[in-house]
Amino acid sequence: MFLQLVVSGISFGSLYALIALAMVIIYKTSEVPNFGQGEMAMISTFVAFTLLVTHGYSFVVSFIGAFIFAAALGIFLEFVFLRRAKDPNILSLILITLGFEMVLYGLASWKWGADQRNFPFPVSDFDVIHLGSAVISYLNIATLLITLLLMFMLFLFFRYTKVGIAMKATQQNAMAARINGIRTNRILSITWALSSMIGAVAGMLLAPIATLDPNLMLEPLLKGFAAAVLGGMTTLVGAALGGYILGVLENLFGGYVSLEFKSIVAFLIIVLVLCFKPSGLFAKHYVRKV
Amino acid sequence: MLEIKNIETFYTLIYALRGVSLAVDEGTVTAILGNNGAGKSTILKTVMGLLDDQPDKGTIEFLGKRIDGKDPEVIVRMGLSYVPEGREVFDELSVKENLLMGAYIRRDRAAIKRDFEQIYAYFPVLKEREAQWAGTLSGGEQQMLAIGRALMNRPKLLFLDEPSLGLSPILVRDIFKIIKTINQEGVTILLVEQNARMALSISDIGLILENGRFVMKGEAKELMEDKDVQEFYMGMKSEESAKGFQRWKRKKRWR
Repeated sequence: MFLQLVVSGISFGSLYALIALAMVIIYKTSEVPNFGQGEMAMISTFVAFTLLVTHGYSFVVSFIGAFIFAAALGIFLEFVFLRRAKDPNILSLILITLGFEMVLYGLASWKWGADQRNFPFPVSDFDVIHLGSAVISYLNIATLLITLLLMFMLFLFFRYTKVGIAMKATQQNAMAARINGIRTNRILSITWALSSMIGAVAGMLLAPIATLDPNLMLEPLLKGFAAAVLGGMTTLVGAALGGYILGVLENLFGGYVSLEFKSIVAFLIIVLVLCFKPSGLFAKHYVRKV
Repeated sequence: MLEIKNIETFYTLIYALRGVSLAVDEGTVTAILGNNGAGKSTILKTVMGLLDDQPDKGTIEFLGKRIDGKDPEVIVRMGLSYVPEGREVFDELSVKENLLMGAYIRRDRAAIKRDFEQIYAYFPVLKEREAQWAGTLSGGEQQMLAIGRALMNRPKLLFLDEPSLGLSPILVRDIFKIIKTINQEGVTILLVEQNARMALSISDIGLILENGRFVMKGEAKELMEDKDVQEFYMGMKSEESAKGFQRWKRKKRWR
């Protein structure tokens, strides 16, 4: 049983890790936790669903369409709302992201209704392989692999591409980035597009396990946020590890203590981390100049 | 090369530059000297376009084109680079990545590679620290890195804001020697400094700024010999008093 709990915990954890990554990427550039992340992913998933089921396109076309939509949505929200904020402080920006959350939630409820739908996915959730005493479904394996692949690509992106390094540079010192010719506004747009796309991946991997409705991402978003806080809001690797740790811990708690109270683990973790190590477990804390 | 005409800059209500005009000729080293709060750095920031909606009045021309009101991202592409006060390197990028960001606006790979070699030749210590995070370098090394990063932009005109800030005297001398070398390689330099003696020793033209206005301009050699400059900016006393201290204060001629 222990092995089973850990295995499915890791699979869930990878979804949390994706959401945490999406949040951290934005947080690092603008110091704003984007609470609209979940609904952005949910809408993108709905777009994939519409292309797939209503219009009958193939999986590849629908998923690519959804990614393009996700990127455009991210850029749109950043450009139209956040950038317009006059003399913004962090709190007002956070409120704007909460605004997105509500607007997008309302929009999805109006367009697609509150029906629970099945999201078709090319990989089955019911075929399983046996790992010793544990079983793991093909979908879980796919989730795990896709997540790892994505993380690896992100790692390469931030390590070796000019745009990736410029993104880190902008995060660390926007003024210095500008005097070296980095268009920081454009970098911000790219950041939002990237983050929104990662969120969309999480949404589309989650939808086949859960059911697709406007509430799809409510809880996972909070879990992903908890994971990011656990690992450290300033480190990508930390946030990803935080996701896995949270997934496993939560599952173990659900298995051995109480299934009903499984969800509180995430919130307990937020409270504990903020009490004892507010920068997160894996954050290499670099003291900032005031 | 750079032509500043009568610019006025405000920090909200503070009147920081009160009509500053300045021309920088190609191939020269120009030094702006002045006390704290005189507005030296403000001139550079205004020209670089780092202050929103400033200059309030006046025009700035670089290579015959108006640049006032333009963004720094655009200005740096025209060949004007800036080494900010206090280094401002990217703390959590390696030295190499910092320099690479300096070359962000360029596509000529072969030339970028050559410039890397050139900068490592100027500052051998950067080569040793290539893979280290810039935040872990010492102050002097960070200053070298900041200069190197600006040089990677391939500037025609280079602004240096207090390159001697917080460095040991020996290091200051080294850095200034390299600044002179950079100038001889064909980069025009506009320098803002507190260390008047050091700055004038490598400059062609010197200007003195007080309360947002230029009060003096001249060949660096003349300024160095000027009694006022010696007393107020180099800390030399013009007369020894019999009691070992000076009982009177020299009046500034320009007030």
